[in-house]
Amino acid sequence: MSRTKSAFLPLFVLLIFRREKKFDCMATTKMTTATGQFGDRAFKWLTLAMAFAVFVLIALIGYELASGSHLAMQKFGWRFLISSDWDPVNDIYGALPVIFGTVVSSLIALIIAVPISVATAVYLTELAPLWLRQPLIMFIELLAAIPSVILGFWGLSVMVPWLHAHLFPAMRGTLGFLPLFKGPDYGPCILAAGMILAIMIVPIITSVSREILRSVPGLQREAAYALGATRWEVTRIAVLSYAKKGIFGAVILGLGRALGETMAVTLVIGNIAQIVPSLFSPGATLASTIANEFTEATGDLYYSALFELGLVLLGVTLVVNIFAQLLLKTFAGPSVKPQN
Amino acid sequence: MADNQNNSAALTVKNLSVYFGKNEAVKNVSLDIAARAVTAIIGPSGCGKSTFLRAINRMHELNPDARMEGEIKLFGDDIYSKNVQPVVVRRRVGMVFQKSNPFPTMSINENVTVGLRLNGIRDKKILSERTEQSLRMAALWDEVKDRLSAPAISLSGGQQQRLCIARALAVQPEVLLMDEPASALDPLATSKIEDLILTLKKDYTIVIVTHNMQQAARASDFTAFFYMGELVEFGPTTKIFTSPANKRTEDYVTGRFG
Repeated sequence: MSRTKSAFLPLFVLLIFRREKKFDCMATTKMTTATGQFGDRAFKWLTLAMAFAVFVLIALIGYELASGSHLAMQKFGWRFLISSDWDPVNDIYGALPVIFGTVVSSLIALIIAVPISVATAVYLTELAPLWLRQPLIMFIELLAAIPSVILGFWGLSVMVPWLHAHLFPAMRGTLGFLPLFKGPDYGPCILAAGMILAIMIVPIITSVSREILRSVPGLQREAAYALGATRWEVTRIAVLSYAKKGIFGAVILGLGRALGETMAVTLVIGNIAQIVPSLFSPGATLASTIANEFTEATGDLYYSALFELGLVLLGVTLVVNIFAQLLLKTFAGPSVKPQN
Repeated sequence: MADNQNNSAALTVKNLSVYFGKNEAVKNVSLDIAARAVTAIIGPSGCGKSTFLRAINRMHELNPDARMEGEIKLFGDDIYSKNVQPVVVRRRVGMVFQKSNPFPTMSINENVTVGLRLNGIRDKKILSERTEQSLRMAALWDEVKDRLSAPAISLSGGQQQRLCIARALAVQPEVLLMDEPASALDPLATSKIEDLILTLKKDYTIVIVTHNMQQAARASDFTAFFYMGELVEFGPTTKIFTSPANKRTEDYVTGRFG
């Protein structure tokens, strides 16, 4: 009896307070109707303006980049994108080597990061004991919080020397028959950049994939279990195949990250704009070239060419990100029809 | 062969209790389920009938808090014996769920053969034979034979449920469990499933959980009435529905509660 009473007590208190508050509200509304409406309208327009500021900002950035690269566009036209000479000394600029460096380093990052991320996401949603999930997720998110410059500095002072001393010689020994792993290395190189990028995109691919896997209906798993599938078979036929489109979206999102990443890459890639088959040789990316050469770009054309690199980078990352968002949006799953 | 097996038990359940944490969902249930017959499990929501069904193919173990006591024998084999993997039990005891759950990324054909492929059967001839056979048994063949490679989700709700039945039949289980297989379907699709159950019992032992009293009366040979985790009454369906021994059974089947 007393238990029921004590359970009801907070309820009564709540009721009383709610009523008082309600009266309060009504009073203020009555007195300040005009200001209230004006305030509401002002609030609406203010928030709308803030929201629109994003569009304006992107448009302005695009415009600035385009107008800044005017000179280079005039001089080189479309050849800018396909010429492989990046030669500031002779004032000739072609973006192909840095586009090459961007694409190759990002691909390496994906090749390394995708298996790690997807496996981690599967472990977190399908296999890990409950007590372990939250700490693991926290650590993965912490990895994303490491500032890029610190990761790059660690890469330059710890990872690259280690790669140079141990991993690269070993790779040359075993995989040296491929042109990819031939030739000398000096430490900083495209492969090192790809590895740093991989570390940076694992968190995003993992956490988006995890969300996707969590959205796979339990009934799909049960269907597979009921057929006598093992845990791995359930993951393969019921979970991964259901989620593959969404996971692809997560991967593309990671790619968008990797393409534009600047600081860490600049520190470990070696910054030589060239197209060579060996991954042990230094390279440059769109972002790293801008970051690295901006201060020394004295000539107008040089300056303008860097702007055009920025324009290309913006275009590519926008397209990739929009593509990723669309993929993730359409992943309401290949939905099972509701029965009727 | 069929005749002398008709009366033998496919499943022998002895003193079965199932717990989820501290909650005892099934309490000390013992019954024999006849081979090549339909046994219906009825009872109000939360009476433990679904848990009982899931204990038969060890699906309840997917809940990490689940624990069981007692014994279930499938044609004499103790399915909870230490050296028996749940995977093996589930290959012998198929299951159809309340909501149809075909694999949406697979075609009709692939959905039927997925269980066989899990068993390592790759021979195209065997797979296609078994596809036709299973779809025929599930009374779906005529409706889908011209579009076997169409996505499974292009089918209607009732067709999807029959596809799930075909998928379960394709691995040739000894027992087929059905957890309210028609509760999400319209009357026409429901009557198709019921007809199907009557055909399937020639070859299969079927255990069906249902909320629908008429369905139990129409489609089953034996009926078990569960209430609050206990087996209240078990017997031939005609007896349960016409002259139940227990008052609670009578109240439930006549619609006075539940």
